[in-house]
Amino acid sequence: MASVTLAQRINRAQRHVPAWPIYLIGLAWMGWLFWLGLSGQLGPEPINALERDYGLLALQLLVATLVVTPLRRFTNVSLIKYRRALGVTAFLFLLAHFLVWTVLDLQSLSRIGGEIVKRPYITIGFAAFLMLIPLALTSNNLSIRKLGPLVWRRIHMLTYPAILLGAIHFVWLVKGYPWEPFLYLGAVIGLLAVRLIPKRRQSRAAPPMGAAATR
Amino acid sequence: MARRWTNDLTQADVTPKALWLNRRQIMAGMAGATALSMAGRGAMAQGLEPNTLEQISSYNNYYEFGTGKEDPMRYADALQVEPWSITVDGMVDNPGDYALADLLDGLDIEERIYRFRCVEAWSMVVPWNGVELSDVLDRVGVQSGARFVAFETVVQPDNMPGVRRGVIPFPYIEGLRLDEARHPLTLLATGIYGEPMPKQNGAPIRLVVPWKYGFKSIKSIVRITLTDTMPETTWNNLNAREYGFYSNVNPQVDHPRWSQATERQIGGGLFSRRQDTLMFNGYEDEVAALYEGMDLRENY
Repeated sequence: MASVTLAQRINRAQRHVPAWPIYLIGLAWMGWLFWLGLSGQLGPEPINALERDYGLLALQLLVATLVVTPLRRFTNVSLIKYRRALGVTAFLFLLAHFLVWTVLDLQSLSRIGGEIVKRPYITIGFAAFLMLIPLALTSNNLSIRKLGPLVWRRIHMLTYPAILLGAIHFVWLVKGYPWEPFLYLGAVIGLLAVRLIPKRRQSRAAPPMGAAATR
Repeated sequence: MARRWTNDLTQADVTPKALWLNRRQIMAGMAGATALSMAGRGAMAQGLEPNTLEQISSYNNYYEFGTGKEDPMRYADALQVEPWSITVDGMVDNPGDYALADLLDGLDIEERIYRFRCVEAWSMVVPWNGVELSDVLDRVGVQSGARFVAFETVVQPDNMPGVRRGVIPFPYIEGLRLDEARHPLTLLATGIYGEPMPKQNGAPIRLVVPWKYGFKSIKSIVRITLTDTMPETTWNNLNAREYGFYSNVNPQVDHPRWSQATERQIGGGLFSRRQDTLMFNGYEDEVAALYEGMDLRENY
């Protein structure tokens, strides 16, 4: 079958493509955006632009991590080798998003606390950020070994509510009804829903996610 | 024309044209810092520095061209502003379609440096050129029963990508109470910095109501209607809880989704400080009397 051959070809080719450049490109991109803001190339309101760009990139990368499992299941293309790098880079963008919001945008602890408590869209964004902290901290082989793949996998299921909250955060903060945030929310819901489709042949399934990620 | 309201900012506070034209070239390099501080000196003495034309015309909300702040700058070029006529109807003595030039003929184009506060908690200082709306209303003859003024923005689907996408209902509509419309601060603006109104800022003629959130200051006006009933307004129709008819700038009444206590003036760069938002955007002395006895928390 042509599709299988293609999947096999992709799987074979990625043996030669390491995951570490994802971190490097992510950090370089983050720095580049900051430089653009600093040098007046993000428009006359760079704080807002940076906040939005970092947040959007975090969401995009998080959506990418959600694609990996269904892609393997339905096409046999396995990009699991890159998932940790995508997830950790997403978290770094989220951290940058949070820092721009706290340090550059709000500029005061009382305002930050007030906004988190009073504004539901910020409350859920902040909750998503908190949920992803333990995941970022345990995205390494040592943690998987220490926790064991089953516990590790259970902890990392927090990605699902976190990403969903992130997408709702985006929809909730805009004015009017632009299509973009709804597109992301739709994609996230779709990618989560796909996981509910019962698997038919459990025995022939690929190795457990946690185990695969240790490679 | 009668100058019923006096600027606390004067001609001297407007950046000289040579300087702001120059500044746009300098801006590319960091070397602009000294020129910038020199230019803003006059206004800074009063705590206000007018934004540059470049800033004013590159950070806009004009959803007909898209929801991004840079969309209007990118797409508004297609807006057809010649010829331009405004339909004046409702409770007026002289209804009709007025060519823009006829409507403004003989009126004094004044310069007004106003604070401009967006509902999204950013602000600018804009040196507008325009006429008092009140003078235009006198010209068309307001009938005695009229209590409100309704406005409508042009719709040119072929030239407006945001209209084709339908991100909010169009035409954009706004309204004022007649006494608000009659207030000497209320302007029909036709230019900025002595230049014709940039298309992304609402060419060829727009409303400026400096003590209200920016969305009240409707752009590219094609219809003015005098009426005895409170007109519908676009954002109020979309979300009445978040956008009231009055929408006066008020640091004590938050938008349900964000605080209105502070704002950030555009143009301060990455380390720009927030500043406190002023009651009625700093025009409390001039306009507070309009709302005497009204609960501003109820009538947001």
